[in-house]
Amino acid sequence: MAPAFSDAIIRVRDITVQFGSTRVLNGLDLDVKRGEILGFVGPSGAGKSVLTRTIIGLVPKVAGRIEVFGVDLDAADPAARRAVERRWGILFQQGALFSSLTVRQNIQFPVREYLKVSQRLLDEIMVAKLGMVGLRPEVADRFPSELSGGMIKRVALARALALDPELVFLDEPTSGLDPIGAGDFDELVRTLQRTLGLTVFMVTHDLDSLYTACDRIAVLGNGKIIAAGSMADMQASQHPWLRQYFHGKRARAVMG
Amino acid sequence: MSGAPTLQRIAQGSGLALRAGGSWTAPFAARLEDIVADAEKLAGSRPQIFIDVSQISKLDTFGAWLIERLRRSLTHGEVEAKIAGLSTNYASLVDEVRRVRTAPAVETTAVTIGGMLEQVGRSVAGIGDTFVGLIDMLGAVLAASGRVLLHPRDFRLTSTVHHLEQVCWRAVPIIVLITFLIGCIISQQGIFHFRKFGADIFVVDMLGVLVLREIGVLLVAIMVAGRSGSAYTAELGSMKMREEIDALRTMGFDPIEVLILPRMLALIIALPILAFLGAMAALYGGGLVAWLYGGVDPEAFLLRLRDAISIDHFTVGLIKAPVMAAVIGIVACVEGLAVQGSAESLGQHTTASVVKGIFFVIVMDGVFAIFFASIGM
Repeated sequence: MAPAFSDAIIRVRDITVQFGSTRVLNGLDLDVKRGEILGFVGPSGAGKSVLTRTIIGLVPKVAGRIEVFGVDLDAADPAARRAVERRWGILFQQGALFSSLTVRQNIQFPVREYLKVSQRLLDEIMVAKLGMVGLRPEVADRFPSELSGGMIKRVALARALALDPELVFLDEPTSGLDPIGAGDFDELVRTLQRTLGLTVFMVTHDLDSLYTACDRIAVLGNGKIIAAGSMADMQASQHPWLRQYFHGKRARAVMG
Repeated sequence: MSGAPTLQRIAQGSGLALRAGGSWTAPFAARLEDIVADAEKLAGSRPQIFIDVSQISKLDTFGAWLIERLRRSLTHGEVEAKIAGLSTNYASLVDEVRRVRTAPAVETTAVTIGGMLEQVGRSVAGIGDTFVGLIDMLGAVLAASGRVLLHPRDFRLTSTVHHLEQVCWRAVPIIVLITFLIGCIISQQGIFHFRKFGADIFVVDMLGVLVLREIGVLLVAIMVAGRSGSAYTAELGSMKMREEIDALRTMGFDPIEVLILPRMLALIIALPILAFLGAMAALYGGGLVAWLYGGVDPEAFLLRLRDAISIDHFTVGLIKAPVMAAVIGIVACVEGLAVQGSAESLGQHTTASVVKGIFFVIVMDGVFAIFFASIGM
């Protein structure tokens, strides 16, 4: 393929994913550019999470090609794959914190596994990451079962950011947060993107997030990307689902 | 990729100036720690201290924090170490780490003899709680059974049948296979040793009494504790973890009635059936070995079996089965509901369920042995 997309950090070509006889993704193409925040929307059950999980490699695909950081994930040997995995961070929808480890251990886990650094630095980095996601160091020795839903999201983000990745996948990061918390979270993602030069792939249903945090929006429907572009492009689109989504009652409320 | 990180001292009169360069990022974290530790030795009272970061090609949280750490340790009395040449890209990152307070220390609990003794003491004291928990659950299950007897419409037949399929029907192959093999082994060993004094035929007595009275039901109960007791604990435990049991309660259902009663009943029905099938399989295996290995032909085996054992042996075995099933079920359910929020806790309670289940089954067997001996059965 032409190297025209050299600034694309994720390049997905012609992916097909099938569960039994249901085809979830059907020849889907998608590019995520370096340094952008891509908001990914679509009706419930359209396969947004499936696409995320396919890119990460948790769901097998029937056909297609996925390149992350210019590495073809199917052709890559285990060492190359590990190198890629070290450069991305993932925030799962339910947080997926390790339930038998404390917050401190959860955040330190990837760092401890990949880098040989002192316990002191591990602790300091853990506090710094907690600070970045807006948590106080006092929560460090709590277990995930002792945290609120919003705190779990934040700790999970801190863990996703533990190794200072270049790319983060956020699966519905603001669902289950109060509007102020969600607003803070959007702000946080923006700040992190600016300071750390992150690329963010965000699956979301939060219109506020789309307006305030995202640079570009991609819409999934019928197993394909039906539209991709800026907020203005989305609002100008004549696609029925898009019109409903971006001109519905809630959308008007957000736009004021 | 940019080059390895560096930190040079630039001479500056009585002051101190350090110039950082290269890539101050996570992959170099270990080396950066050493560099910073070396530089910290330069701390002392100086009129001015600068850290020049303009040559840094790449900075992330690790690098930013280590520069901040260096800045803090060089700050001395009134003289504050300053960071110079910070590009706007990284300014907010450095601001961010500047707000980091020193990390709270890790709470480490050293393994001491005192601590180990304390653990033992706590476990021993916990035995009482185990019994209270079991009796509590027994009471709750009996109360729920009472309610169901008064209102038979509340009985969950579908659920009971489903669990019966899981713990009884699906357990048949493995239970039959294992008891068959045990029967073979008992018979082979019996013949091998009895032959020395020409008492081959007595192997039938031994096999009959052992299988029907003791080992048959005991083995099956142990296998059921391992197979179904653990499954009950894991099911109830993960439902507890995901707040499903709370959800049930808030909808006005009694978890004991909905979840535990059908499971208990299924187990109480299943264990006698499995014990019976197990006993038959063991006798069959024993007879087969006696015939092929010991030369006791089937006719003689059956004749001898009829003389050697009475219906009492069989009854004793089967009376024990439902009681053991109840013990296994109660232990499994108590442990399942005791699961806390973590995966580790689920594992611990599933282990405890099997260990305690087997322990109580053996204790019950001993109690029954004394009881039946004293009533002459």
